[in-house]
Amino acid sequence: MKLEFHIEHAGPDAVLIRFGDQINTDLVPIIRAATKRLQKEFQEEIRGLVPSYTTLMLCYDPRKNDFPSIQDKIQQHLANLNISPTEMGNLVEIPVWYHPEVGPDLQHVAEYHQISIDDVIQRHSETIYQIFAIGFAPGFAYMGNVSDQLATPRLTTPRPHVAAGSVAIADQQTAVYPISTPGGWNILGRTTMKMFDRHSPKLCPVRPGDRVKFVSVSKAEFLLAGGQLE
Amino acid sequence: MTQPGLKVLKPGILTLVQDLGRFAYQHIGLSPGGAADEHAFLWANRLLNNRSNSPALEICFGGLQLEVLANTTIAITGAEMNATLNNQPIDNWQTHTLMVGDKLSFAHASSGIRSYLAIQDGFELQPSFGSVATVMREKIGGIDGYGNPLKADDFLPCSQHKPKLTTHVPPLFIPDYQRSLILSVIPNEQTDQFDEAELEKLYHWTYRISTQSDRMGIRLEGEPIMPNVQGIISEGIPYGTIQLPPDGQPIILLKDRQTMGGYPKVGTLFVLDAFLLAQQQAHTEVRFTQISLEEAQEKLRYFYRFFGV
Repeated sequence: MKLEFHIEHAGPDAVLIRFGDQINTDLVPIIRAATKRLQKEFQEEIRGLVPSYTTLMLCYDPRKNDFPSIQDKIQQHLANLNISPTEMGNLVEIPVWYHPEVGPDLQHVAEYHQISIDDVIQRHSETIYQIFAIGFAPGFAYMGNVSDQLATPRLTTPRPHVAAGSVAIADQQTAVYPISTPGGWNILGRTTMKMFDRHSPKLCPVRPGDRVKFVSVSKAEFLLAGGQLE
Repeated sequence: MTQPGLKVLKPGILTLVQDLGRFAYQHIGLSPGGAADEHAFLWANRLLNNRSNSPALEICFGGLQLEVLANTTIAITGAEMNATLNNQPIDNWQTHTLMVGDKLSFAHASSGIRSYLAIQDGFELQPSFGSVATVMREKIGGIDGYGNPLKADDFLPCSQHKPKLTTHVPPLFIPDYQRSLILSVIPNEQTDQFDEAELEKLYHWTYRISTQSDRMGIRLEGEPIMPNVQGIISEGIPYGTIQLPPDGQPIILLKDRQTMGGYPKVGTLFVLDAFLLAQQQAHTEVRFTQISLEEAQEKLRYFYRFFGV
């Protein structure tokens, strides 16, 4: 397939490579492959790559490249990019204890859709989600798409404190809060999986392009795996 | 013999270990972080003939007091904090010889808000993810690797050196942080997020720095600039990005910015002007003008070459 993208400057030391203008799961393997390719080709010549939903930001050193030369090089490196099906990434299971004790918005989401809490759990855990991007905080993975039958708008007032490991939804997105932060997403449960572990060689258990399935576990299993109630 | 270094008697309002930041982990969400005012940070290391990335202290607003447990040389630059060595005033923007038993104190910032203290060969601290830059929000980097600011009784290890000749920053290169600021902006290519008339407001009106500003970003208050859209699909945000949330009050993203953002953007503040902005107190007024991408790159290349970054 012919790869289409547009390169725009983002200040004197960065460019945004734009692959589309709509959130689309088809872009995920393309941006994943482009990130991998540019990292391999540029190596130390660039200062960082930030893949997102529709864009890939590339940070560069203006002493090594000006805007026209970085554009040319990106065009060359992406000219014959192969998007193989393996770029769909790994399937990662995330265990979740869904319960009002750790999921304070289960009831609200159930009421919003006029369904039971069990239905909420069923709908959240039956979908296989794509990881579109990692950002906002270390290991915070933006996943989608939450089905229309579950999608719920953000809280009108964000909570000052969301516990680490909280599994939450906002409109058609879902995520796990890697660290305790303020946050306005609807919290459905909690996981023991560390989305950012500074002591693990991988640091993050998932990458953009990976797929995620949430698996409902009992309180006993949650606690056994080291789950914290606060 | 015990490890030479500096012992913290009083940490001041906010004192952080910084270097030029960590760049290789933005794809998993780690903020680049780093010295808020690279100009002053780089001069401090240059005066000592250090590597440009050597760990130094960023003293915000003042109040730091240190007990000296090493014979070495330091450089202080950036905000004027009327520093004293054994209660004798010492000059900013130059090196000073320290002896074991000395007491080094910083009063409150009278011009600028961030002062830098570099030490010969840098403080000897373990980097986290390739950098000692302190990002408090992420609990990464800094004196302990967990993003903490300095506290009383902290110890900053360094090496010992014979006294050397004093070096100064030439007066021509010392910025006046109280001079009124006209900040240069590289306009964005994506112009469909704003109407022309809204965009022009940025260059026409004066904006005031809000008290809700920190190392992550500077919030401005003034004539609102209303975007055509409430939000955009989240994408990577470079240093100096000027974003407009739905209330139309600009936010300029600095070193501790999040890696991705979803607000419309009018352009990118020129890097060197963003360093000056990071030295301004709340309520200061600023104005904006435009700079071309080519001119901005030319100036930035000169800056990096000068400091050997």
